[in-house]
Amino acid sequence: MKYLLRSKSAMTGVILIGILVLVAIFADMIAPHDPYRMDIWNSYRAPEGLGGTFVLGTDDMGRDVLSRILVGSRVSLLIAVTATGVSLLFGVVLGAVAGYVGGVVDTIIMRIMDLILAFPSILLAIAIVATMGPGVINAMFAVAIVRIPAMTRVTRSMVLGLKEEEFVMAGTALGLTNRRILFRHILINSFAPILVVASLNMGTAITTEATLSFLGLGAQPPVISWGRMLALGREAIRTAPHLTLYPGLAIVFTVLGFNLLGDGLRDIGDPALRGQK
Amino acid sequence: MFRYIVRRLIQMIPLLIGVSIIVFLLGHLAPGDPVRMLLGEEATQEDVERLHAVYGFDQPLPVQYFRWFSRAIRGDLGVSIRQTIPVSTLIFERLGATVELAVVSVFIAVLLGIPLGLFASTRRGSIWDYLTMIVSLLGVSMPGFWLGLVLLSYVALHVNWLPMFGRDVSIMTGLVTLFTKFRADDLINAFRFLLLPALALGTSMMAIIARLTRSSMLEVLSKDYIRTAQAKGLKKGVVVVKHALRNALMPVITMVGIQFGAMLGGAVVTETVFAWPGVGRLVINAITQRDFPLVQGGVLMMALIFTVVNLLVDVCYALVNPRIRYE
Repeated sequence: MKYLLRSKSAMTGVILIGILVLVAIFADMIAPHDPYRMDIWNSYRAPEGLGGTFVLGTDDMGRDVLSRILVGSRVSLLIAVTATGVSLLFGVVLGAVAGYVGGVVDTIIMRIMDLILAFPSILLAIAIVATMGPGVINAMFAVAIVRIPAMTRVTRSMVLGLKEEEFVMAGTALGLTNRRILFRHILINSFAPILVVASLNMGTAITTEATLSFLGLGAQPPVISWGRMLALGREAIRTAPHLTLYPGLAIVFTVLGFNLLGDGLRDIGDPALRGQK
Repeated sequence: MFRYIVRRLIQMIPLLIGVSIIVFLLGHLAPGDPVRMLLGEEATQEDVERLHAVYGFDQPLPVQYFRWFSRAIRGDLGVSIRQTIPVSTLIFERLGATVELAVVSVFIAVLLGIPLGLFASTRRGSIWDYLTMIVSLLGVSMPGFWLGLVLLSYVALHVNWLPMFGRDVSIMTGLVTLFTKFRADDLINAFRFLLLPALALGTSMMAIIARLTRSSMLEVLSKDYIRTAQAKGLKKGVVVVKHALRNALMPVITMVGIQFGAMLGGAVVTETVFAWPGVGRLVINAITQRDFPLVQGGVLMMALIFTVVNLLVDVCYALVNPRIRYE
């Protein structure tokens, strides 16, 4: 914690993510307009800046862009958190089992991971959603699947290293069960690198979700998501460039937050880098 | 070395079979009957069944897989349901455009990323270092397709010279015209259309390369032999480029290889944004039209290229680093 407070990049990340979480929770209260309300007379209004009625302008249906970005943070965050959570759960369990048990089990698990990694990850996510049908749940599932291998690999390598440590042998000598050694002793000590990958995965998950929604494969109307806003903005790219600029900036700052946190956590975890700028 | 390559090729076989099973299942687990969709609601049951038989959809799944697989390894990926043209023809027509886009993006990423990282590392702690790193951090966090949209609306719309969508001739054609007819217009045209999509696709890789070059350079610059070189009185530029950069580039080259595969994935979306006539856009269009043979063929082809590229990267790596070969 002490190092976390001292790491500039981790703290900047925490602040950005904190703002995002607050925005997602209180979106309804802080949104200046009803994000769903159409007002054709006010369509394609250019951004009016702070103090104006429509700070970031309006879209083709006259809906307020700022309000939609604020509310859209919910879907992005929801998909990213759930997908990362699922990939974390599966990745850690699979990686731990592969590393600890070894042998055939290890080979089978890692070959399955190789299989997932044999596709460019965004293409696999697209193909999965194309098969299962578009929607938030399926997008979440696709994002989770393509993120599992990274988590599995890092957990496995940690477990392989820690397995040979003396405290694990001591545990075995004391007659502890394998499950207890694995979950209570080995995994606890693998926490830091897993957290780093999880944080970086969150950023990738946000981008992947935005990509899927942009292609019409993620959130469906009337659900508001940043990717969908970009898809709508693309149709009006000549007349209303603000429709693509601002939702995209929201994505960039969110991903930036998670990347900064991940980078910061990695530097903290590496004693050689600790204290360096 | 030969044994290493053979071993890696043999390891690829089960992987590719696995890939083919996944791709096959992706096409067949999808809800909705593609034949019914093609013929429309008014088609009779007999018509649907007849077309099912034509496409072999009436057979059990394993039989369908083996038929599909045995044709696929001979290059026959079936016929597009919508366009009634062989899938392999459609893919090969567009493969060049995708590869061209990916390769030029990598070039842009390397040509900009390495100097940026080098620049930052030699001015460590300065405002320039911070600025470069902030820019590259933003580059890593930016979805390429969004950058593409921004480039379209804020650059292409205002610069007449840059076209918004599509592709003219290939670079190859441009080069041929240059050397046979001594005219550069085709080549210039090819680059005009290519510039923005390649920039959109290459930026995140450029940012990754810049960050990696910087950290790798910082590590090398603290080595004793650099101090020796400086103590000998060599010029700073010579030390940085000849002594440090050469040694710092190894991890960067590895990263370029790893990222090249990711480029292919990113190309799928970038192509859609810029209406670039490549395999990615073909696959996305096929998805919207539920043209599953085409989706299968496209995804299979991309995965195949991805795997082969990764293999080539590993082989190159083993060539320069003998320890890998004997693991």
